[in-house]
Amino acid sequence: MDQQSTTNEASSGFPDLIKIRLHNVLSEIGQAFTLFFQTLIQIFRPPFQFDLLVKQLLLIGFNSLAVVIVSGFFTGMVLGVQGYIQLKPYAVEGSVARFVCVSVVKELGPMITAFVLAGRIGASITAELSTMKVTEQIDALEVMGTNPVKYLVVPRFLACSMMLPTLTIYSTFAGIAGGFIAVVVLFDVNGYFFLLEVQKNLFIGSVLISLIKATSFGMAIAAVGCYKGFSISTAGGAEGVGTATTGSAVISLITILVLDFVLNHVLFNILGLV
Amino acid sequence: MISVRKVTKNFGGKNVLNGLDLEIQRGETLVVMGQSGCGKSVLLKIITGLIAADSGEIWFDGTEISNLKSKKMNVLRRKIGMLFQSAALFDSMTVAENIAFMLDQHTDLGKQEMHKIVDEKLSLVDLEGVQDLRPAELSGGMRKRVGLARALAFEPEVILYDEPTTGLDPVTCTEINQLISDLHERLQVTSVVVTHDMHSAFSVATRMAMIHDGKKIADGSPDEIINIDNPILQQFILFGAPDQILNMENPMLKRYLGR
Repeated sequence: MDQQSTTNEASSGFPDLIKIRLHNVLSEIGQAFTLFFQTLIQIFRPPFQFDLLVKQLLLIGFNSLAVVIVSGFFTGMVLGVQGYIQLKPYAVEGSVARFVCVSVVKELGPMITAFVLAGRIGASITAELSTMKVTEQIDALEVMGTNPVKYLVVPRFLACSMMLPTLTIYSTFAGIAGGFIAVVVLFDVNGYFFLLEVQKNLFIGSVLISLIKATSFGMAIAAVGCYKGFSISTAGGAEGVGTATTGSAVISLITILVLDFVLNHVLFNILGLV
Repeated sequence: MISVRKVTKNFGGKNVLNGLDLEIQRGETLVVMGQSGCGKSVLLKIITGLIAADSGEIWFDGTEISNLKSKKMNVLRRKIGMLFQSAALFDSMTVAENIAFMLDQHTDLGKQEMHKIVDEKLSLVDLEGVQDLRPAELSGGMRKRVGLARALAFEPEVILYDEPTTGLDPVTCTEINQLISDLHERLQVTSVVVTHDMHSAFSVATRMAMIHDGKKIADGSPDEIINIDNPILQQFILFGAPDQILNMENPMLKRYLGR
C-alpha cells in the first residue's frame, strides 16, 4: 500500500497529491477504527487470558508509577508558584489552593499522566508490535490459530484503560502535594488553610470527570500504539519500526489534546458538569 | 490434499501470481522453485490465509478455504505447521514456551505433559538442553530447528517451509535439508518447501514445481524436471544446483550447458 501511494504521488500534480494524501489519511483513520472495534468485540469473546492482562497491568502501571508521581509533583509545584505570583497582585493569593486543586484534578492530572504514558507506553507498544510484524511473529501467531488482536491488542488496551485512571489518582495527589509544598515552603502560606481550601474544592464530580478523561486517554494511547504497530508493512524493517514509533508518540499526543477538548466541551458545556 | 486453482494476486500494480494452478498430494514433499519475488512466499501466505488472493480458489481436503471465516480458518490452521524464513520465534518467550505455544492456546494439557511434548519435538529436530534459552541466544540454524519443532508441536498434517535454508552456512543448510527429509520419512507428513536454493530443492523433493511470471511453468519429479525442455527452468537448475547433485551426462543439461 505504501509503495503504491508513493508511486502515485511521484506521478501526480499538486491537487492530485492533496487528494491522494487525504485518501491515505482517511484510509488510515478507517483502518484504526476497524482495529478499535475489533478490539472491543474481542474483549467480550472467550477465552479470557487474565495472565496476559496482569502482565500488561504490571508493565504499564507499576513500572510507570514513579515517573507519573514525579511528573505530577513538579507540575503541582509549578502551578503553586505561578498561581501565587499571578494571584498576589489582586490580593487573592488565598485562592492558590483552589487554583492548584481544580487545575490538577480536572485537567493536569489526567493530561500529564496521559502524556507520560503516551511517550513511555504508547511508543513502546508500537515498537514491540511493529518489531513482531517485521520479524513475522504476528504472522506466526495467526498461522498457529491465535487471533493477534485478541492475544496482543486486548490485554494492552484493557491495561492502558485501567491503569491510566489509577495512575491519574496518584499523579493528582502528587500534584496537590507539590503545590502544597511549593506555596507553604516558598511563600509561607498557612498549610492548614491550604488543605482546608483543597477539601472545600474537591468534589466527587470533578474526580469522576478526571477518571472519565483518564480512561478515554488510556484507550486512545493503546489504540494508537497498537494500530501503528500493526500497520507497518513486513518489508518496513528497522527504519519502519523507528518511523512507526515516532508517529505513534506524535499521534497519541495530538489525539489526547483533541480528545481533551472534545471531553471538556461535552462534559462541561453540554452536560453542564462542574 | 491442497489444491490451488487459478489464483491471482496483485501488489501495487504488479501481478505476482497470475492464475496459478498447483496440486499438492498427501504425503509428498513438493518443492516450489522460482526467482526471488516470483510469489513463492505469497503462495504460502495465501494457503495459510495470511493474505487473501484477488481471485481463484484454495481447496484443503475437499473444502474451499479461501473465503472461510476467521474462526473456522483458525481451526483449520491447526492442521498446518509453518517454518518461517526468519523462524519467527517469539523473542519474549523461551524456546520451551515457543514450542508449547499452540498446546497452551488450544489444549487443556498440563505443564508436565507440555514439557514432555516439548522435549520430544526438540529431540526430533536434534536439539536438546535449550528449553530455557531465549531465541536471541540461539544460532541461525538452531532458530530454524526450534521453529521446526514449534511447527511440529501440534502434529500437523502439512508443514510449509518458507526458504528453510536462507541465511545459513553450507554445513547447516545440509543439516536442515537432511532434517526435512528425515521428518518426511519418519512422520509421513505432507511438506511444501519454497526455495530458490537448488541444493536444498534436489535434496528434499519428491516432486518439484517451478513458478515464473506468476504461473507454473514446470512440474514433475526431480528426474522428470531435469528433462523438461524449458530454458528458464534449465538455467535455474544449471546456475543453482551443485554438480554433484546433477547428472551432467544428462543430454538436456548438456544441451543447455553448451549455450
